[in-house]
Amino acid sequence: MEPQKAGLIDRTTGIQAEDVHAWFDRLHALRGISMTIPERKVTAIIGPSGCGKSTFLRCLNRMHELVPGARVAGRILLGEEEIYGNGVDPVVIRRRVGMVFQKANPFPTMSIFDNAAAGLHLAGERNRRTLETVVEQSLRAAVLWDEVKDRLQKPGTSLSGGQQQRLCIARALAVSPEVLLMDEPASALDPASTLRIEELARDLAKDITIVIVTHNMQQAARVSELTGFFLDGELIEFGPTNELFTRPGDRRTEDYITGRFG
Amino acid sequence: MTRQSYERELQQLRDDVVRMGGQAGEAIHRSVEALRERDVAAAERIIAEDDAIDALHMSLEARCMRLLATQQPMARDLRTIAAVFAITIDLERMADHAEGISRAVKRLGAEPPVKPLIDIPKMEALLQEMIRETLDAFRAQDADRAREVAKKDDMVDELRNRLLHELLDLMIRNPGIVPRALELLIVARHLERAADHLTNVCERIVFMVTGDLRELNV
Repeated sequence: MEPQKAGLIDRTTGIQAEDVHAWFDRLHALRGISMTIPERKVTAIIGPSGCGKSTFLRCLNRMHELVPGARVAGRILLGEEEIYGNGVDPVVIRRRVGMVFQKANPFPTMSIFDNAAAGLHLAGERNRRTLETVVEQSLRAAVLWDEVKDRLQKPGTSLSGGQQQRLCIARALAVSPEVLLMDEPASALDPASTLRIEELARDLAKDITIVIVTHNMQQAARVSELTGFFLDGELIEFGPTNELFTRPGDRRTEDYITGRFG
Repeated sequence: MTRQSYERELQQLRDDVVRMGGQAGEAIHRSVEALRERDVAAAERIIAEDDAIDALHMSLEARCMRLLATQQPMARDLRTIAAVFAITIDLERMADHAEGISRAVKRLGAEPPVKPLIDIPKMEALLQEMIRETLDAFRAQDADRAREVAKKDDMVDELRNRLLHELLDLMIRNPGIVPRALELLIVARHLERAADHLTNVCERIVFMVTGDLRELNV
């Protein structure tokens, strides 16, 4: 399984955010976020609803600007490249920085195979042999292959919730992203499926940079090496997960993670 | 609502640690009293009453477990529960030393004293001071005070060493007193170990307040 994964994900990179601001019309949703997201690690972002954590995640692959009235300022470097720089194609950025959402969203009319192959297909790949190889690699990387290899032509929506989410992860991995963003990827899943997704995230982080937004602090504590705490559009604290959950440096972090507000 | 009952349970844990520490200290005080008074009946009561302290220890441990399992505590709450978990073990051991002293009292029975009791009451007084200050530091969440208390452990050790040398002298001169002198050394050893347990408690207080877990007084 390792060599296939290595073939699929050929490179990864960290992300550097510098003084990132984001707005929805006049709502100032992010207020000067600067953080360095290291490569090949899971970085978790936590914070109460409306703190800007999902907005930040969407800034990292230029999805924020898809909302009418949305604006971004500041710099985000993907490796060496400024993703909001002149002439940068957001479609290319979204391919390099993949995303998995809260609710598993396999394309409803497509088979398992076609779902996993969708990104490559969209990119113009038509060679059946290449598609088959990549589909198998990405389904294996998402630890779904053994469960679906005999029914690849069944609809993606015929899978269980946890399997659908892993299918979405496979779909994201199939285009060889350098970074994988996960927005509450397990919040709609049962505990066993949740743990599988977490295990998968940890495992994938050996090859790829992962940023995960979660409401579940135990999940952040289990899955990530670094955690950032957002509040009212600001990054309050960012550091090793173990530190942050056992002895946070900021009173507001302490109050949030001990459930005293939020 | 849930958080309110959680807060209440955490407070109850802290209160019970103080209560348990008080009971362990009281048991040690009464055991040294029993030694001074040669009161075998009192020693027997102390031994019997140790069960209550053991029960409190079990209850504290079970409640810590339940809070860990049901509340997923974080940060200071997590450190508090982890500290209480460890502290309750040390306090239970401290109380066991009161029981050990009481057993020595029973073995000594009504036999005449080897020498006037000087250092043992001093050790005990120092230990009681340490217990009071440790529990104060715990209540006040005061890491500095806990560090100060732990330093006193050396003084307890010194008193024990002094007693050891004095009794060695006496035993060499008069081998007939060896069995009784050894009982006194056992008592001193119990007091010294009790002070060591308090030092552990102080370490956990520092951890609870600062997140820094390291040995004090090494």
